[in-house]
Formats: sequence, C-alpha cells, structure tokens
Amino acid sequence: MIKKHSKWPYLLVAPAVLIVVCVVFIPVINAISMSLQHYDLRMPKQIAYIGLDNYKEVLKDRQFWLGIRNTALWVLFGVGFQFLLGFALALLLNQHFKGRGVIRAVSLIPWVTPGVLIGLMWRWMYDGNYGVINDILMRLKIIDAPIAFLAQIKSALPSVIVTIVWQGIPFFALMILAGLQGIPLEMYEAADIDGASGIKKLFFVTIPSIKNTIFITLLLRIIWVANSVDVIFNMTGGGPAYSTQTLSVYIFNKAHSLNLGYSSAMAVILCLILACIAVPYMIMKFRHEEK
Amino acid sequence: MKNNSLAKRYFGLIIPLALMLIFILFPFYWTFVTSVKPQAELLGPATYWPKQFTWDSYIKLFKGTVDFGAAMRHSFFVASVTTLLSLTVSTLASYAFSRYRFPGRKFLMGLFLSNNMFPTVLLLIPLYSMMRKLGFLYKPISLILAYTTFTIPFSVWLLNGFIDDIPASLEEAAMVDGCNRAKAFIKVTLPILAPCLIATGVYIFMNSWNEYTFAMMFTNTSGRTIPVALNSLIGQLGVQWDLMTAGGIVTVIPVCIFFFFAQKRLVEGLTAGAVKQ
Repeated sequence: MIKKHSKWPYLLVAPAVLIVVCVVFIPVINAISMSLQHYDLRMPKQIAYIGLDNYKEVLKDRQFWLGIRNTALWVLFGVGFQFLLGFALALLLNQHFKGRGVIRAVSLIPWVTPGVLIGLMWRWMYDGNYGVINDILMRLKIIDAPIAFLAQIKSALPSVIVTIVWQGIPFFALMILAGLQGIPLEMYEAADIDGASGIKKLFFVTIPSIKNTIFITLLLRIIWVANSVDVIFNMTGGGPAYSTQTLSVYIFNKAHSLNLGYSSAMAVILCLILACIAVPYMIMKFRHEEK
Repeated sequence: MKNNSLAKRYFGLIIPLALMLIFILFPFYWTFVTSVKPQAELLGPATYWPKQFTWDSYIKLFKGTVDFGAAMRHSFFVASVTTLLSLTVSTLASYAFSRYRFPGRKFLMGLFLSNNMFPTVLLLIPLYSMMRKLGFLYKPISLILAYTTFTIPFSVWLLNGFIDDIPASLEEAAMVDGCNRAKAFIKVTLPILAPCLIATGVYIFMNSWNEYTFAMMFTNTSGRTIPVALNSLIGQLGVQWDLMTAGGIVTVIPVCIFFFFAQKRLVEGLTAGAVKQ
C-alpha cells in the first residue's frame, strides 16, 4: 500500500511488541523451563532439572484427567449455550421496538460485571439454606426440598455452567448483533421476493453472512472460558470431590500449594491443547487476507 | 390479520425478550435486595422485597474494616492508567498494521493474536517472580503492565478494523497539502477514529476494573483492588453476604454508567472491526 521499506511501521509497532514480549513471551519461556524442573517452593533445596518427569507424572494423575473431562464439559456446554442464547438475544435486539437502546444496554450488564462478583452472586442464589433458586423451584413445585446445588457432585458442575452461560450471553449477543447490523437490507428484500420464510432467511441469509463473526467469537470465547478461574474458584473452589475442578482451576490450586514445576507442566499442556484449536484459525485468517 | 401480527409480536419478541431479561437481570435484583435487608431477614426464608429496609451494610462497607473506598480508588487508578497506556500502544501498532505492508507484519500480528492463548495460570507464576525481582510487586505498576499486555491483542484487533475502514486517501490528500504523516494522522484520521477509541478504551477499562487472578497475587492489603476486596469477604465461617452484595452493587454501578454512554459506540465499533472480513 505504502512504500515497502520504511522504518516507520517497526517504530510504531515497537512499544506494543516490547510490552508483549516482556510480559508474555519471556514468562512463557520461564514457565516452560520451570515445567522441566523439580520446582516446589516447599522444598527449595531440591530445585533441579528433571527432564520430562513432571509431564510423565501429570499423565498418570487422575485429577489431571478429571480436569480435562471437566474442562471439556465446561467449554462444550458453557460456550454452546452462550452461543445459542446470545444468538437468540441478538436476533431479538435487532428488531425494531421502543426502548431498544436501553434494553440493549441493560442486557449487556453481566459482561461488565467482575467474575468474582458473578461467582459470589450465584453462590448466594444457589445457597442450600437461604438460596433464592431453591425458593423459586419450591414455589413452582418443581422440587420438594431444598437442594445444596454446589455441594453435591451431581449438580455442582451443571450449576457452575449455568453461571458461565449467564456471563457469556452478552458478549455473544454484542458481537452477533454487530454482525447482523452489517448485513445489507437488500439481501433480505431479495429473499422476500423469492418468497423465503423466516427460518429459511435465518439459515440462508443471516447465518452465512455472519459466519466469520460467529467463528471468531466462538474461538475467543472457547479460549477465555477454558482459561477462566475466577467464577469456579469463588463458587466451589473446584469441589465437591473435584467435580468442578477444570484444568485451569486445578493448575491454580496446585500453584497455590507452591508446587510450581508440576503446575507449570500442566499449564503448558493446557496451552498446547488450546493451540490446537487456535492455530488452524490463524492460518485460515492469514490465507484469507492474502487473497 | 392485525391479530395475527400482534400475536407474532408477542411470541416473536415480547415474551422471549422478557424471559431473557428476567434471566439476565434477576441476579442483580437479588443482589440489591439482599444488600438492603437486615442480617436477621437475610438468614431466613427468602423475601422478595425487604420487610425492613436498611443501608447498614453500605455504611459497614465503607466505615468498617473492609475499607472499600480505598479499593475503589486503587481500581480506578490502575484501570485509568492501563487504559491510556494500552490505547496508545495499540493505536500505534494497529496503524502500522493497517497502513503499511512490511516484512514481518504477519508474524507480528500472529504474535499479538497468540498472546490471548496462553492460560493466565501459565503466566502468573513466572510473572510473580519477575515482578518481585524488579521491585514492582505490590505496586500498581505490576497490575498496569499485566493488564496493558492482556488488552493489547483485542484492542489492536478492534482498532485495526476501524483504521482499515478509514480511506488512506484522506491522509494522502493531507500529505499532498504539506502535512507529514504524523500530522496527517493527528489532523485527519484521529478525529474520525475518536468514537472507536472511546469504545476500545471502555473495553480496556472494564477488563482492568474486573480482573481478579493477577490482582490477587500482585497486591497486598494496602493496595488491593475491588475484586480482591470482594474476595476478602469470604471468611472461614462463610461469606459475609450483606457486605458482599452491597460491595457488588457499588462495584457495578460506576461501570454501568460508564458503559451506558459508550455501549452504542462499542457496538458500532464492533460492526466496523469484527464484521468486516
């Protein structure tokens, strides 16, 4: 576009690159190096390189595999329902009605709420003794006696998933709404002339037009949700019996108990898993740009 | 015919929207109602409107041992500085990505994108020891550096889209008239970009205001931010729900006001940034 060999773009990019390299890439290298050491702050004299022993131990760790399973469910159902409900909300907000601006703004509030607060708010609502969710379900005669949602293995994971769904709806709605508003009206008019029904328009006009937006939002959300610690940590801490302990939460708990080498090894594995999802996307994006 | 369209309006818009809004807003309502109930009513059968209305928990929050006012000041300072810093470096970088084609451009863009991929927990441990060595630990600068870094990728990505949408020919025209590139950017592009900068700034501010994991590790009692103060209400014997809910309301209100003014532009911003393929 503008002359090829100039020092300007490098100077402009330099501050951002410098910060990112110092705060992300150097620590990542440190973390990889730590993952190859016996690095336990409770035993500082025994810190030494031990090759891949941490990784071998991780692969034999039942809590690690349980964490993988919980992360998979957490991401699959969490992001899945965020997407479906967020899409529905975006379609509703894209219609014309009075007070749309206000309702749109109000419905985005969960997005601006801190994760700690979200965790605690829902923990209070789920409370087995004084929780409002139990009260509502009992008034509706859906249950007979209060349930300790977060204290039972069966109900704890679904309960925290509902919370993350609630948190993520606004972001999906916001992104998809932006996509919807970018679709030229003529496309709908053309579909009307062809006599397309509402559902047909959804599948043949709306979704294909915003598929890139959907794709990038899903990718971002999958990574964020897989990495998120604050909601689960403040609701259950990973319990009961590790039933809500996703891999991120397990790593956080292990790091808290100061076994840094072992938790770094797990963090590297988590990172590799996420890379398997993100790298194909990045390759696609760059190919697209070259055209 | 008219009945039909009315029914369509009810089932296609009003009822689903109302259900959605109840789901989204009820937790906030419940938090508020809890915060204005006296302790005795709190730990009893659920009441949907307080029988007895009291602001005690708010007074306790600011006058008591929690010192929520200080936490709010710390959060505000960290979030403001982060916003300025992150916005500046992101604007410069995205301008370069948008206006220049240079060797290494793709590599650097990939570098920014991949930044988001690393689990927070992976960075937490090495960053902690780094900050300690540099003497930044327990000072606002540690959080400002961390938050700036984590908001750069999304900001660059958003702003990149915005700047792509502003024709380069506008700047070139100004340059023909004798401006240099920097002057052309400041005089021509920046005013058009202003709403997008505000939207991106709000995004950065909110992220810094809300972040928990790093704040937990990088602050001590004298410098803690809001999320850490909220977390401190979890005690051995359970959570102090009256203070927690009051603190929650106080936390959410300023961000909401801020967000209400910027949300329209943020949505517009996303239209320009995210949708354009």
